[in-house]
Amino acid sequence: MSGYWIGLITILSINVIFAYGIFLAVATGQLNLGGAGFQALGAYAAAYLAMEMDQPLVVTIAAGMIVAGVIGFAISFPILRLKGVYLVLGTFAFAEVVAGLILNSDALGGATGLPVPTFIDWDVPAIAAIVVALLVFWLMSTRFGLVVRSVHDDEVVADLMGVNVRMVRVCAFALGAALAGLSGALYAHAFSFVEIQVFNASLSIYVLLYVLLGGAQTAWGPLFGAAFFTLLPEALRDTLPALKEAVFGTLGIEGASNPPDESWRFVILGVATVLMMIFRPEGLITRTLVERLRPLNRAPRRAPAEAAE
Amino acid sequence: MLLLQQIANGLMLGSVYVTVAVAFTLTISILNFLNFTIPTLFMLAGMVGWSLAFWGLPFGLSGPLPWPLALAGGVVVAVIASLIVERFTFRYLKTRYGDSTEHAIPLVSSLGFLLILENLVRIEHGSDAQRFPGPSADLTLSLAGIHLRLPQVVSLVVVVFLVLGLVWMMKSSRIGRMLRAIAENPDAAGILGIETRRVVPIVFMLTGMLCGLAGALFAVNYGEVSPQMGEDIGSKAIAGMVVGGLGSLWGAVAGGVIIGLIEMMTIHWAGADTVQATVWGALLITLLLRPQGLFGHHAIGKGKL
Repeated sequence: MSGYWIGLITILSINVIFAYGIFLAVATGQLNLGGAGFQALGAYAAAYLAMEMDQPLVVTIAAGMIVAGVIGFAISFPILRLKGVYLVLGTFAFAEVVAGLILNSDALGGATGLPVPTFIDWDVPAIAAIVVALLVFWLMSTRFGLVVRSVHDDEVVADLMGVNVRMVRVCAFALGAALAGLSGALYAHAFSFVEIQVFNASLSIYVLLYVLLGGAQTAWGPLFGAAFFTLLPEALRDTLPALKEAVFGTLGIEGASNPPDESWRFVILGVATVLMMIFRPEGLITRTLVERLRPLNRAPRRAPAEAAE
Repeated sequence: MLLLQQIANGLMLGSVYVTVAVAFTLTISILNFLNFTIPTLFMLAGMVGWSLAFWGLPFGLSGPLPWPLALAGGVVVAVIASLIVERFTFRYLKTRYGDSTEHAIPLVSSLGFLLILENLVRIEHGSDAQRFPGPSADLTLSLAGIHLRLPQVVSLVVVVFLVLGLVWMMKSSRIGRMLRAIAENPDAAGILGIETRRVVPIVFMLTGMLCGLAGALFAVNYGEVSPQMGEDIGSKAIAGMVVGGLGSLWGAVAGGVIIGLIEMMTIHWAGADTVQATVWGALLITLLLRPQGLFGHHAIGKGKL
């Protein structure tokens, strides 16, 4: 495989894992706008262990996951007391504090960043992404998934039915934080370098948009959202210049053919967001859509029962 | 003496935060909507103002405009952009399913607008900082050994009058009463004959105007604009709003000033790199210990409109 595809698969896998981390929180009705903070925790934990203590890959990646997960668990108790706008602001503030602390920590390299000695190829992130996706699909099909859905749809009724709403939220939030940490650890090893500027507010916004645009009702949503918005700019890389040439050609403007910069892909992401919120606020892939697209072997089983009535 | 100078600087910096924080708190208190386009509107006013002053009107309609006119143009563009945002984020986004993330729909689409506007500006003008050809920033005023730049003093006064005007408007005018009725209960306001669809754009107009003015003041004071200038100011204004209390105009004023002072004190004692950690730490601590902030109401953020 060429370097281009290797890079693409790596970043795609990392984004998918990251999106699942945020998805778990969103699935319980908690908007987590602090994704970059958890990813930074995982990335720096892995980078520090690999760089300063020469730990093997398994240890560093597990540590990245555990550090983010434990901090996510600890912070979820106070932070999940907040609701709505406050929760969004609280998670956002958490990510900024993490970034601010890392920026001022000399042990973690401060503004210059940390090099990571152990390098991983595309296969580790890809396998991790598949495992995480299967895990989340399995989780959403268990009783836990059902409880998560009930908490998302109606907190009060779920509470009345004996669901421990708070515990479900804390578990989902902490598990999501651990997954975000895992994606961070993989990032650190795949790119051999971490710097805090990468884990900025925009990253938190993008990953939340992946989840919400993909759809937070089923586990298909984040997979699709992350894949679509990671691959879209790559697809546009060739189409956009051609499109611009064509438009300028028909308008008869000469010599203005410097290639459009990559800001366009963010404009497209923004337009997609606004349109989706108007026409399909529940995300592209919804529960009904998944049920409709199920393989047909379910349909005959239901048909005789209806005929019997 | 140096400390006093830093306090004065903090107050001046705070006055820009106050204007943006008031814009944030206005939309939150009336519509329960955290409008993430506000930092972008701020940036838009500054960048459009710069572009008018440097290049003149688009399509070669005029040469470079004098700077006050250019900034006025920037404010007008910010107001128009804010109304467009209202059209697409708020007006048609009534939720259908009633689940617990529904309050997030306008918020998410305002994130979309943030990406659109910021990157369009970047495509048009590049991401470099530009020098704004405003009045000379050297006009200093010495008061008992403290140096104040004249444009900053003027903008502080402008901000004070702006906030006083807004408070008067919300309290005593007809529009203010309508807005408060909508904030209290949009359904009841509708039954009592308030046309929500007519009144809500007023909030967005005010938001655009406040952000535009803040952007213009910033361009004059600091003599520099860039497509990124909204990010820092926006996040500090959010911090100020939360510290002061969501939904309270005076809270936003106090919070903005407090954040400005915290920032300058941190730079004074610990250096510029720690600002991010202290400002956001203050926000996080406020949220955890006293979520309603210094002057806020309990009812905000519980999902109303």
